[in-house]
Amino acid sequence: MRVPLSWLREYVDLPATETGRDVQAKLISAGLEVETVEQLGADLKGPLVVGQVLTIEELEGFKKPIRFCTVDVGTANGTGEPQEIVCGARNFAVGDKVVVVLPGAVLPGDFAIAARKTYGKVSHGMICSGDELGMGDDGSGGIIVLPPETEVGRDAVELLELVDEVLDIAVTPDRGYALSMRGVARETATAYGLPLRDPALIDVPGPNAYGYPVKIADPMGCDRFTARTVSGLEPEARSPIWLQRRLQKVGMRPISLAVDVTNYVMMELGQPLHAYDRNLVQGSIGVRRAEPGEKITTLDGVTRTLDAEDLVITDERGPIGLAGVMGGANTEIGDSDAPTTEVVIEAAHFDAVSIARTARRHRLSSEASRRFERGVDPQAAAAAAQRTVDLLVLLAGGTADAGVTEVIAPSAPHTITIPADHPDKVAGVAYGRETVVRRLQEVGCDVYGQDELIVTVPSWRPDLTDPNDLAEEVIRLEGYENLPATLPRPPAGRGLTRRQRLHRRVGRALAGEGYVEAPNYPFVGEQVFDQLGLAADDPARRVVKLTNPLNDEEPALRTSLLPGLLGALRRNDGRGSHDLALFETGLVFLPGQEQHVAAQLPVDRRPTDEEIAALNAALPEQPRHVAVVLAGSREQAGWWGRGRPADWADAVEAARTVAREAGAELVVRNGQYGPWHPGRCAELAVVVDGTERVVGHAGELHPRVVKALGLPARTSAMELNLDVLERAGDDTPQAPRISSFPVATQDVALVVDGAVPQADVEAALREGAGELLESIRLFDVYENAEQLGEGRKSLAYALRFRASDRTLTVDEASAARDAAVALAGERTGAVLRG
Amino acid sequence: MSAPNKSYDPVEVEALKPEEIERMRDEALAAFAAADSLDALQEAKVAHTGGTSPLALANREIGALPPQAKAEAGKRVGMARGAVNKALAARQAELEAERDARVLVEEAVDVTLPHDRVPAGARHPLTTLSERIEDIFVAMGYEVAEGPEIEAEWFNFDALNIGPDHPARGEHDTFFVQGPKGGTESGVVLRTHTSPVQARSLLDRELPVYVICPGRVYRTDELDATHTPVFHQVELLAVDEGLTMADLKGTLDHMVQSLFGEGMKTRLRPNFFPFTEPSAEMDMLCYVCKGASVGNPDRPCRTCSSEGWIELGGCGMVNPRVLTACGVDPGRYSGFAFGFGIERMLMFRHNVEDMRDMVEGDVRFTRPFGMEI
Repeated sequence: MRVPLSWLREYVDLPATETGRDVQAKLISAGLEVETVEQLGADLKGPLVVGQVLTIEELEGFKKPIRFCTVDVGTANGTGEPQEIVCGARNFAVGDKVVVVLPGAVLPGDFAIAARKTYGKVSHGMICSGDELGMGDDGSGGIIVLPPETEVGRDAVELLELVDEVLDIAVTPDRGYALSMRGVARETATAYGLPLRDPALIDVPGPNAYGYPVKIADPMGCDRFTARTVSGLEPEARSPIWLQRRLQKVGMRPISLAVDVTNYVMMELGQPLHAYDRNLVQGSIGVRRAEPGEKITTLDGVTRTLDAEDLVITDERGPIGLAGVMGGANTEIGDSDAPTTEVVIEAAHFDAVSIARTARRHRLSSEASRRFERGVDPQAAAAAAQRTVDLLVLLAGGTADAGVTEVIAPSAPHTITIPADHPDKVAGVAYGRETVVRRLQEVGCDVYGQDELIVTVPSWRPDLTDPNDLAEEVIRLEGYENLPATLPRPPAGRGLTRRQRLHRRVGRALAGEGYVEAPNYPFVGEQVFDQLGLAADDPARRVVKLTNPLNDEEPALRTSLLPGLLGALRRNDGRGSHDLALFETGLVFLPGQEQHVAAQLPVDRRPTDEEIAALNAALPEQPRHVAVVLAGSREQAGWWGRGRPADWADAVEAARTVAREAGAELVVRNGQYGPWHPGRCAELAVVVDGTERVVGHAGELHPRVVKALGLPARTSAMELNLDVLERAGDDTPQAPRISSFPVATQDVALVVDGAVPQADVEAALREGAGELLESIRLFDVYENAEQLGEGRKSLAYALRFRASDRTLTVDEASAARDAAVALAGERTGAVLRG
Repeated sequence: MSAPNKSYDPVEVEALKPEEIERMRDEALAAFAAADSLDALQEAKVAHTGGTSPLALANREIGALPPQAKAEAGKRVGMARGAVNKALAARQAELEAERDARVLVEEAVDVTLPHDRVPAGARHPLTTLSERIEDIFVAMGYEVAEGPEIEAEWFNFDALNIGPDHPARGEHDTFFVQGPKGGTESGVVLRTHTSPVQARSLLDRELPVYVICPGRVYRTDELDATHTPVFHQVELLAVDEGLTMADLKGTLDHMVQSLFGEGMKTRLRPNFFPFTEPSAEMDMLCYVCKGASVGNPDRPCRTCSSEGWIELGGCGMVNPRVLTACGVDPGRYSGFAFGFGIERMLMFRHNVEDMRDMVEGDVRFTRPFGMEI
């Protein structure tokens, strides 16, 4: 809502020294979000005067038509002689009154005016358009032509009210009343402790039997309808400058007198109004729900098919308006070609929910619908109709018809009972009963009672329904800024959960290994699953889709972190960072086998456990994953020597790092899965509750995937389900016994078939070595067909033995080693390298 | 070989003559003096003090002397060996000093050489800032609560007093999830705020409830310098007996003091949110200019645009209707809640100028933030 300060002053006698910024501060404190204060004409400097065009000479031979004019500006130019001005606009004629800016003036945008030579003539100033004066759209598309009675030589800055301040208020959905000058004026008056001149307090004649006939078929949808008629409107009557200017300042475009007046009154009182050309309305006016499939062409020229829930205004033919949203084209106020001389004015009150639904259904938000959705003062309808009638009589020479129609469905005023100290308890401040009562009265409430207050809320505040609403009114008027600060004492907390701690630990561990966290959007296109080489029946292809994605190419939500993370890798690589190690932790979204619609549960009670379970069952599974991707060098080359390219082993090691943080024993074995190189893919598994579960994969990506996604060669990746890993983990590691007896070291080199995983050999050695084994480490892998035989490899291990109670003899250590080698031989065919 | 032998007739031994002893001593001293390195000295040491050195051999001959000659010869040899050992130690020290002065200098390196074999990693500042905020409240006794990102509309809207026809529901720029068989009705959305975790916490936990809920949320805004469709919020909820707006104010003040230092405070301005009543917009004092830039054109403040305050987010007393929908008796319990965007705070706390920098995952942006923030 845009509020010109000059207009606001009409209802509240603000001190003359108060600026827009001052009022802004007061209103913000009272809860109106004044976003900006626009300074109209702040950089405008005269002389800017009314002139009358005396002569027009058309200049030929230029790219566009140009006029050389003489304009009488009275004595404003100091000489009294006609002012010679070159002008490119054409929407004026000799004798018209126009706005002339004289040399020495400065127009908005620091546009200094001086006499200057142009098109072969000297132009002493300019004839102005609304744009040039910063007035906003006046609908003319050219220079301003003033009413003929305007006095020549008069100061146009004052005439056009060019200097003003406009407060722009973002009105929250609960404060519909603030979508009017009346509502903002009420808040201003309260904030300043000044009286309000309520523009709705005007004399209104009572309803009678000879008003325009109105029949309401749906009193729930329309509980109030006032109709008035005005006849004898002068066809040539135009909106006066002051009215046009006020509409422009609040952001509306002047159209025609009758329309302008209804808009003006809406802005003033917050009551949306509609004017019908009486000669185009056939028979009585009705309000009913639309028949399904019924059509109406609204004022914006769009033909709309109506829904059975839409509330419509009708005449004998059918719909003539979409109630509370927009009028119909068939009863539109005429323009100068077909002027309207008689109008029916509608000031009605419609059900907020019905209007909101209709506006949403037809994607048609209007000034009227915005107000009805947020709540309009039903008691203001009669005054608004009267105000419209008065203005039409005054400005268009019309005659108010004596007939007054008012159809009202009876309703009781809303009352709320609260303990007098309820606001005190909400705020934590002892305001006292007297203050509470006074503040509620300032809001417009009637208040009775002592310890229990019976509060009747004013008709313009339908948002006040609950005790806390009243508490808020008291607290905001007493000033949020005056609230004290106290600290509650929560019961002792238990700290982070295991899942939360693991999430942090994984991030820290990976960052410690040189990975940089790169969280990505979860939106994906399904073609990425082909690019990742997923099988046609891969469960990861089952996705949750959005009905309104930002990008139609990416309508689905991720089932894997890789598409986003690989995108980040590619982006970094494209920007010149080639040695990359990235990680991400985040949710993936896995729809269940059968999708259900999540029910809309009641809100007046706690849902049952079954209802909550059903809601949760309608949601996809959303486990947290962790992924890493690598490309380029893992270790950089430098003065110390060569670097080392990132490879499959780094990706697998990242999985081990994560598993270590989870305290989970990770099984790593050769595997094959979509995105990965079939010979360089590790399947990662853990044991949860006695059952082994595959939790992810790691390794080098398949060359086809690298190509399809435009990734650096040999890009490697790892992805794990962190939630399953957490369940497999144990975060209370047990302390080992540290022996201080000397260590006995034994190295063995074993030759096995090339296809035997070292993990199997190591496991056999470990088991075979028995309790004396302290640690085992593979320190060399060697392949040489000549020495070892085709397809054979040698694995060299360092075994460290130690006892907790004695120094081991060489024989003891050798025996343990021999047992280890024997078991490895039995299990894997390993033989000691001779 | 030359052990004392009682039957052996002691004789004069050539090697024990005084001039011989002196010669041996002098040769040793000369050899030590001539040794020009620790290695050469070691050789000389072996030659002149080792088990087969002339003085050692001479020493063994003493046993063969007649008793009356033993004492004198022993004294002579002992003095010579003492002088030799002393000279050796002196030369040893001399040569070591020389080595320290020369060789260690030669071994000097350029310690400014980089050793960034594996460049440091980093966690994203949105993660670490969120954790920092969580930790402030965990220290006060709050617990961290989480919820799903794909959420039932009932949790995201209805339970929070945003009914199907509430104007605020349309203002949420919601991503809707497709229904069964690609239909439009699913009752499921991408959560538009972390507030549904409030409702879940009230349903899941025993009263009183003190939780902090960080997480990702979604709105249908195109990515640009100041908007992102995927962003992060932190939400706080406290429901207990007798909680007041003053408690809300004190909690907010405590948070900004923890994050931005002593003397920081917040300001509340009335606003509207369906899930709180009363509701407020919360601002914090500008931590850079502390308000000194207001009306002071000579000291403009970029951080707060010389407003003196920085807008943080929304807050208020939990609407009793929300308590009712979650099975909490509003006659007995009251609560407060607040929420704000992490991106915004990161922008003004760390001078991030463009929202896109926070979402593109560029390692150049993230690395400087390290492990903690």
